[in-house]
Amino acid sequence: MMRLPKFRYCAPGALSEAAAILHGEGPQAMVVAGGTDLYPNMKRRHQTPPVLVGLRKIERLRGVGGTPERGVRIGPGTTLTDLEENALIRRNYPGLWEAIHSISTPILRNMGTIGGNVCLDTRCNYYNQNYEWRRAINFCMKCDGETCWVAPGSDVCLAVNSSDTAPVLCAYGARLNLVSRKGERTIEAGEFYRRDGIHHLAKRPDEILAGITLPPGAARFRSAYRKLRRREAFDFPVLGVAACVRLDRGVVADARLWLGAVSMAPIEAIASRAALIGRPLADESIEEAARLAYPLAKPVDNTDFGLRWRKEMTRHYVREALAALRRGA
Amino acid sequence: MAGAPSGPGGRNPGPGGVRAAGGDVARRAGAVPRGNGALRVVGSPVRKVDGLSKCAGETKFADDIVLPRMLFCKLLRAPVPHARIVRADASKAAKMPGVFAVLTGRDLPIPFGILPVSQDEHALCLDRVRFVGDPVAAVAAADEDAALDAVNAIAVEYEPLEAVMSIEQAIATPSPRIHDYGDEGNIHKKVSLEFGDVARGFLEADEIFEDAFFYEGSTHLPMEQHAAVAAVAPDGKLTVWSSTQTPHYVHRALAKVLQMSPAHVRVIACPNGGGFGGKSDPFSHEIVVAKLSLLTGRPVKVTLTREEVFYCHRGRHPVLMQIRTGVTRDGRIKAMDFKSCLDGGGYGSYGVASTYYTGALQTVTYPVENYRFQGARLFTNKPPCGPKRGHGTPQPRFALEVQMDKIAQRLGIDPADLRLRHLVPPDSLTAKTMRVGSMGLGKCIEAVVRGSGWREKFGRLPHGRGIGLACSSYICGAGLPIYWNSMPHTGVQLKLDRGGGVTAFCGAIDIGQGSDTVLAQVVAEVLGIDPCDVRIVCGDTDLTPVDLGSYSSRVTLMMGNAAIQAAERARELLAASAAEKLGVPVEEIGCGAGRVFDVGDPGRGLSFAEAVVLAEAKFGTLGTVGSYTPPPSAARYKGAGVGPSPAYSYSAAIVELEVDPRTGWIRVERVHLAHDVGRCINPVLVVGQIEGSVYMGLGEALMEEQVFRARRNGVHKNPSLLEYKSPTTMEMPDVVSYIIEDPDPNGPFGAKEVGQGPLLPIAPAVVNAVHDAVGVRIDEVPVTPEKVLKALESPAKRLGPRGVPDARWPEPIRVPTPWDAPVNSGARR
Repeated sequence: MMRLPKFRYCAPGALSEAAAILHGEGPQAMVVAGGTDLYPNMKRRHQTPPVLVGLRKIERLRGVGGTPERGVRIGPGTTLTDLEENALIRRNYPGLWEAIHSISTPILRNMGTIGGNVCLDTRCNYYNQNYEWRRAINFCMKCDGETCWVAPGSDVCLAVNSSDTAPVLCAYGARLNLVSRKGERTIEAGEFYRRDGIHHLAKRPDEILAGITLPPGAARFRSAYRKLRRREAFDFPVLGVAACVRLDRGVVADARLWLGAVSMAPIEAIASRAALIGRPLADESIEEAARLAYPLAKPVDNTDFGLRWRKEMTRHYVREALAALRRGA
Repeated sequence: MAGAPSGPGGRNPGPGGVRAAGGDVARRAGAVPRGNGALRVVGSPVRKVDGLSKCAGETKFADDIVLPRMLFCKLLRAPVPHARIVRADASKAAKMPGVFAVLTGRDLPIPFGILPVSQDEHALCLDRVRFVGDPVAAVAAADEDAALDAVNAIAVEYEPLEAVMSIEQAIATPSPRIHDYGDEGNIHKKVSLEFGDVARGFLEADEIFEDAFFYEGSTHLPMEQHAAVAAVAPDGKLTVWSSTQTPHYVHRALAKVLQMSPAHVRVIACPNGGGFGGKSDPFSHEIVVAKLSLLTGRPVKVTLTREEVFYCHRGRHPVLMQIRTGVTRDGRIKAMDFKSCLDGGGYGSYGVASTYYTGALQTVTYPVENYRFQGARLFTNKPPCGPKRGHGTPQPRFALEVQMDKIAQRLGIDPADLRLRHLVPPDSLTAKTMRVGSMGLGKCIEAVVRGSGWREKFGRLPHGRGIGLACSSYICGAGLPIYWNSMPHTGVQLKLDRGGGVTAFCGAIDIGQGSDTVLAQVVAEVLGIDPCDVRIVCGDTDLTPVDLGSYSSRVTLMMGNAAIQAAERARELLAASAAEKLGVPVEEIGCGAGRVFDVGDPGRGLSFAEAVVLAEAKFGTLGTVGSYTPPPSAARYKGAGVGPSPAYSYSAAIVELEVDPRTGWIRVERVHLAHDVGRCINPVLVVGQIEGSVYMGLGEALMEEQVFRARRNGVHKNPSLLEYKSPTTMEMPDVVSYIIEDPDPNGPFGAKEVGQGPLLPIAPAVVNAVHDAVGVRIDEVPVTPEKVLKALESPAKRLGPRGVPDARWPEPIRVPTPWDAPVNSGARR
């Protein structure tokens, strides 16, 4: 079987304690919540942290609080299953609920947390392989090597942001609270992701994701998430479409459209937004939004399916997501 | 349906029928008169004898074995696809803490391989590596971490050689040769056979169809990774426990490579957590742990990672095919010219047999008057291909059944009727001189046609919805053994206990298909006892008589016949002593319901245990044996060894699906599968095999691909359960199973196979249904949404290969058909 590398495990009971350990251990240390992504990655030697700071004992990181009117705060350590079963989430944030419900399998959702999904390591089928496999390609830019094998001319790593919740949280305008020994700060979800498969999060190694806040306006959106993948379980997205619209007397007053899993970071379809706002959510505007979103998807050959078809599907999935919002009328 | 010879032949007892069994099985009124009205245990849904221990997690698989002082083994595998080994230095690893022994190729220099003609593997590569993942060195250490650190400290220097990564490249690149044996260059094996006169047949045809097809490779994906444990007793005798389908062949390979007397080597096959053909070869890791155990004097265990299982492979050969068929206006096949090119991977494995199998079963479903087969297997720098469920026959069956759909379309005949009009008659010889016994395909087609509403649906569903039909046949065990010998293919020993228990010993191994249960049922049927009172001891070369293994769909038929013989011999002993006691002639003694009794006055009798006591007193210790050797084939030509079988099973499938013409996405709604199993010994096991075959067939039809990155050092593209896409329960459609019983005179109680056959029609039925749904022909599998969309956008409305490359096939060996030169077989055409 595959073996974990050796590491020291700390289980602090308070966030400040966790931040202090991270600060003291330096950038090699990592946090772990559900471990559903990190431990398999460690078995493949993607990460070999000498110290792991377990977050499960920190009460403050778990649970859902607030109201849709004033904003809802989600503890990043809340399991995906708990959120899936949370009536407030399901009723007020259907797009987020659909994204969570689509992650992996029920068994992994029992362990995996939303914070883990928000901070999910980028994925690439030259990277998500075990050590021996990667040795056969002389490793890649993201881990232990030099070259990006997806596009050997590329000077940036093209590994894909494969989080289902990321595009939805970006679309809602969620705010992420980061805590370190030096203090805390809040960052827009849309600012949290970078188009760099290696340095894909705007988060320092000593920072801990301590809160996810859905702002007061978020619950006023109708929202939907549509996910392209080979199978109805297990699979990461090869395209995720998060759509939010706010209707005012039949006319789109506000709209957000984000594409996931077609780049190193979620991408906002800004032109599609403009095509939707001020018009009824009808076939014509949906079609135009889909057409405008299409060129933004720039999949490369590092996930399941051929890239040409994946790109082609963008149009279709945007259409589906927006049509779902119309049905909610 | 006029003229469809769907009834059984004259020597087949009684008509067959559809058996209703279990919730998913179609129920039909008035089903099943049983040929041998008295059957009690055979035909009933007896619980699997190993069912409870599996459910309770008590079954001991190879990886569950833990022995005192046990060491752990890890293998170092090649990171390059094709290279000469310049140097392999394990001296540093040998000195590392916790390390007890290291091995490189020189420690195990004797080659082995499953076929006598392909002894081309070494436990650890000697001087050449042939694919990324080829094992080159091994370590035994106190724990897995120490073993892992040590293998990574072994320094191997490689001198790279050009890697051959495709069929076309292998034909075009005669050197460097991957092996220094084989027919020429990197062509491992060429076959060229002609039965009758194909040229004449084409002249007599009204229409000629020529098509090319490609069937992608796929792997078995058993849930249980291969594992093996070896231990040496103080007297030097070796025991190897392994997750293997073929303990007898592992036994032979171990004795050969280790140069030990077979009498000092014991192989115990552990219950397999799935095999599907992937555990049918002797493997490097089995030999390596044995050697490490001999060196260290300690037990040594190895459990492969999932990635390593992808490297062991022996799965479905990718096959490129060209099929030219001449038919009369009513669809009779006057001539068929079939060419196949198999991408074999880095070693021989079963590949020579696989090559023949791609041409073996074309003639057993619909009469082919003249037939030519030319096949070539290529060596490539990829994990070796071999036998996966259906071994070498799903690929040609796919080509044949999709072409039948095209023929039906052009001739304006319903695809079901085309097949029903042209069925090979029962009790006949085919163009290849293969003897067909019972032949229930007509009944299979009728069952799925009726059950699915085919007549109302085919060609009449709205755009985007489709229905497709395909049929198939499979062998019930190979007529010849893998290594030449004239001994039985299987043996069963029975021991009768004074308390009424019966132990059945057989070398067969239950790989999940239920062979232990079949053995218990057959013995219980003959002796008239409860199958729960039969203990099974299987797959142990010290304890059980040889059975060649759980492959080739041979176990039920062969082991079952041997079990009947052993049980009938035991019954004779019981009857003789009971007759004496009861004072009736021995012919008047019956066995049933746990009693041995006077048939004329069933109230007079003995309990089974009492009968055993009497018999033991009369005859001494009670033990009987039975064995089975398949009937000799009438065929006499080079290559005639592959294809002949004691019996052939038949299947018909109808697939109903939806295709989204905007995305190409396919959703399979329902699969109807009728299977002629001859006689159903256990309906739950039969349905289980049908559903499992449908599942595996859909995986191959829709998504599974064992593919490699030729431009990235030949690495496997996705050797993981996550990224090698295989369907989940979420993709599994409803399956309606129809059990057709057309008892075969060669089968135990008439039984034929069901483990492999039902997989075969799935891929072509899917492709035919896609055509019915959106009008495109996808002449290759897997049928992915991207291919459907591409075909929809193409002018020809087709996606598929153009043809096969010229493999420089020799002039065919000309073999007369039985109707050209009648053989003395007593069978009619």
